[in-house]
Amino acid sequence: MRKLRFHPCGNFNERYEQELTIFETDFGRASLVVGLVILFAVIPYASGPYLLYVLNMVAITAIAAIGLNILIGFTGLLSLGHGAFFGVGAYAAAILATDAGFPFLLAVPSAGLITAMVGTLFGLPSWRLKGLYLTIATLAGQFIIEYLLVHWEGLTKGTMGIVLPGISIFGMALDSDRSFFYIAYICLIVMTLLAVNLMRTSYGRAFIAIRDNDRAAEGMGIPILSYKLLSFAISSFYAGVAGALWAYYMISITTEPFNLGLSVEYIAMVIIGGLGSIVGSIYGALFIVGLNEGLRWLTGILMSVDMLSSMGLSMAPLREIAFGAAIVLFILLEPRGLAEVWRIIRSNFRLWPFSY
Amino acid sequence: MESGILLQLNNISVVYSDVIQVLKGVSLSVEENRIVSLLGSNGAGKTTTLKAISGLLKTENGKVTDGDIVYRESSIQNSPPETITRLGIIQVLEGRQPFKYLTIEENLRVGTATRWGKPYKKDMELIYDYFPPLKERRKTLAGYCSGGELQMLVMGRALMAHPKLLLLDEPSLGLAPLVVKEIFAIIERINREQGTTIILVEQNAGMALQIAHYGYIMENGRIVMEGSSADLKENPDIKEFYLGMGASGDAKSYKDVKSYKRRKRWL
Amino acid sequence: MEFFIQLLVNGLSIGFLYGLAAMGFVMIFKASSVLNFAHGELMALGAFVFLVLISWAGLPVYLAFPLALIGCFILGFVVERLFLRPLIGEPLIYVIMLTVGLASIFKGIMLFIWGGNLYTFPDFLPAGLAIHWGSVNIPPVYVVSIAIGLIFLMLFGLFFKYSSQGIYMRSVADNQPAALSLGVHVRKVFALSWAIAALVAGMSGIVLGTINGINVHDLSSIGLKVFPVVILGGLDSIGGAVIGGIIIGLLETFTGGYLSTSLRDVVPYMALVFILMVKPYGLFGLVEIERV
Repeated sequence: MRKLRFHPCGNFNERYEQELTIFETDFGRASLVVGLVILFAVIPYASGPYLLYVLNMVAITAIAAIGLNILIGFTGLLSLGHGAFFGVGAYAAAILATDAGFPFLLAVPSAGLITAMVGTLFGLPSWRLKGLYLTIATLAGQFIIEYLLVHWEGLTKGTMGIVLPGISIFGMALDSDRSFFYIAYICLIVMTLLAVNLMRTSYGRAFIAIRDNDRAAEGMGIPILSYKLLSFAISSFYAGVAGALWAYYMISITTEPFNLGLSVEYIAMVIIGGLGSIVGSIYGALFIVGLNEGLRWLTGILMSVDMLSSMGLSMAPLREIAFGAAIVLFILLEPRGLAEVWRIIRSNFRLWPFSY
Repeated sequence: MESGILLQLNNISVVYSDVIQVLKGVSLSVEENRIVSLLGSNGAGKTTTLKAISGLLKTENGKVTDGDIVYRESSIQNSPPETITRLGIIQVLEGRQPFKYLTIEENLRVGTATRWGKPYKKDMELIYDYFPPLKERRKTLAGYCSGGELQMLVMGRALMAHPKLLLLDEPSLGLAPLVVKEIFAIIERINREQGTTIILVEQNAGMALQIAHYGYIMENGRIVMEGSSADLKENPDIKEFYLGMGASGDAKSYKDVKSYKRRKRWL
Repeated sequence: MEFFIQLLVNGLSIGFLYGLAAMGFVMIFKASSVLNFAHGELMALGAFVFLVLISWAGLPVYLAFPLALIGCFILGFVVERLFLRPLIGEPLIYVIMLTVGLASIFKGIMLFIWGGNLYTFPDFLPAGLAIHWGSVNIPPVYVVSIAIGLIFLMLFGLFFKYSSQGIYMRSVADNQPAALSLGVHVRKVFALSWAIAALVAGMSGIVLGTINGINVHDLSSIGLKVFPVVILGGLDSIGGAVIGGIIIGLLETFTGGYLSTSLRDVVPYMALVFILMVKPYGLFGLVEIERV
């Protein structure tokens, strides 16, 4: 049996495989297994319906956030249309499930693929555009998609919205929060593994090369347009899958949530989580969803205080302020995000008591 | 030549990002109206030394942690670049950093930032006198100029600030030998006519020692040798490692490359 | 035909307003290459400050207007000082995200104080400024907005082209380390550009508020409309901002007039994508000079 590997006190890699492993130590691998067991065996039964709902939202959001991180953090293309792609995924799933009668297992990946195609289409401007100009082109994409969702009534039923059938897999009806928890988290884990592994392949390295210097990448023989489009496709695939899950979870969907605010929220997650860190996107999603729910809870308390509610305090401004403050504080204090915070905490434990 | 000490570095250490120590106790002094050259291989800390003097370390998260930099009897280490430039110390950055979207003339005008509001027309004429090619292209965007023109531009831009002490970082980088010769002739002329003290960082040791009065050799963040240019040129180690000549003084050819490498004596 | 001319006039006037709003935006971009997502909020703040001064404090226009502008100027200064200065040297995406956060905070604060209601300024422009030309009417607000737009266009053009401060600003946007090495006071340049931008934003907010009334949501969404405007003109061109504004204004009024009102709000973005595919740096933007 090979030796168990714990924390090395330096970089002693001898082979490329060691360099490329996801977990440096057996301890990391073991803690992942323990974490998964807790996640699937304990949490769904230990938490009430509200907590389950929040956790499900975290999983859905995290999938979309990972997708955006592939685009922004790894390929260096700032997109302001992620919320709209999320909406495309939701609507694709809803239309496939109702009009075409697709079952859940087929509808979700198809919705992802459709969104990937739409995403590639809106990524086309990267053929000629760069940097901020491309960002604004994706902003245009956001508004155009939003418009189409509302006004292409033949397809989307406009502002009426669509009601989806319940989830059933092989005839098994799975419509409780708890069963959705399993679906959402299995999806999240699969998508996370896909993303982490993607970044270890030549594709991932090509993305990073384009991010760091696209001219040099081109010089090295990376066809940058196709890789940029691929990045758009992958990122919107993630958004599409997340949107489809969301649509099934919400049961009825309208065009309203998929606005610019949602896109901005996703960017906030990616930045708060840590640019270029897959796991960071999950932390970011956790943070933003937690923040939203926390604020709702807080306003609930404030509203029950008579004096305040008579002053006409509403939730909206408070939410705006707290959301903005979270972004601003993170950028000012720890621009590399929660992933970095987590790394620092971990290494403090690991190196204690000799922190240098 | 009048010789008062203009700038003195006393045993300075520079640390980047709180952990990476680049300079480990560098001391040097620069007399007024002289050209002092700073030689050394890549990564020896030459550029860092210049940045420590000009205050540009700050933007790169670097800091002078030890020792002091004295310019005309006042300490300037870790002052912001705005203050240092206004004392008359101007650095010309490595690798020619023009303002690509500004015309040549506008580029030169940026050089007046340290004395904003004062007339600059006469200086502009002076610069065009030193660097005639710039005059022809004064309305062109700097991004479209050739390397030689850009080197002239960035030096001219620095001269617009009326520097007392000019820090030149590798002016010969990537230029044709003829252009290098021209640039060095101009550097010497500036020193002679304007009385500008110059610290010259160079890879091209031969050229640098030709125009410099005094030289320092850096290696691994330390000064390992110093002396007047004439002395340095005669030093067998310098000849071997920087001037590309055999110890006897002839140009080295591959024919008589020795199987062992000469040990650097200062190590 | 009459309808056409009226639409043309309306489009031009609205376009000028967009152009005006976009100018402050371009200002920040030119000095620091930052896309300012809080621009609409700055506009709204300007309008509200003016509102407070003119209707609640009861000051006359000739006092309230300059005071409001000074307030905006100071606000821009403070914002730069508190939030943007620590980020000098960080990657752009952080700075852009920071402005998103700021937008959110400003919006929240304004909603907190004034709520989502619609306010109107008391009528303060003399009716004599209106232009009647045959059957075409140009209300005084539009006349004033066009005049202000033209004046500021000229001022800014001259400022950036000829004044030393303007050239320093451009140099900072172009190559920050080089500007620092020459002793350009980069922090001062940033502060100044934010202050001026906030001033211009506030002014356009006041003018827009005079026309449409002031409402937090409306004004901040116009801040987003600034994007197609500036991109059309080219992010760094002041003149381009005005021309882009006019194009977008005309497009909007004509689609609104002849096609459908719901299409109105997306048409600018569609036009934007098409124009960008043909001219990737906008109509008047500087083509990026890439040298390896």
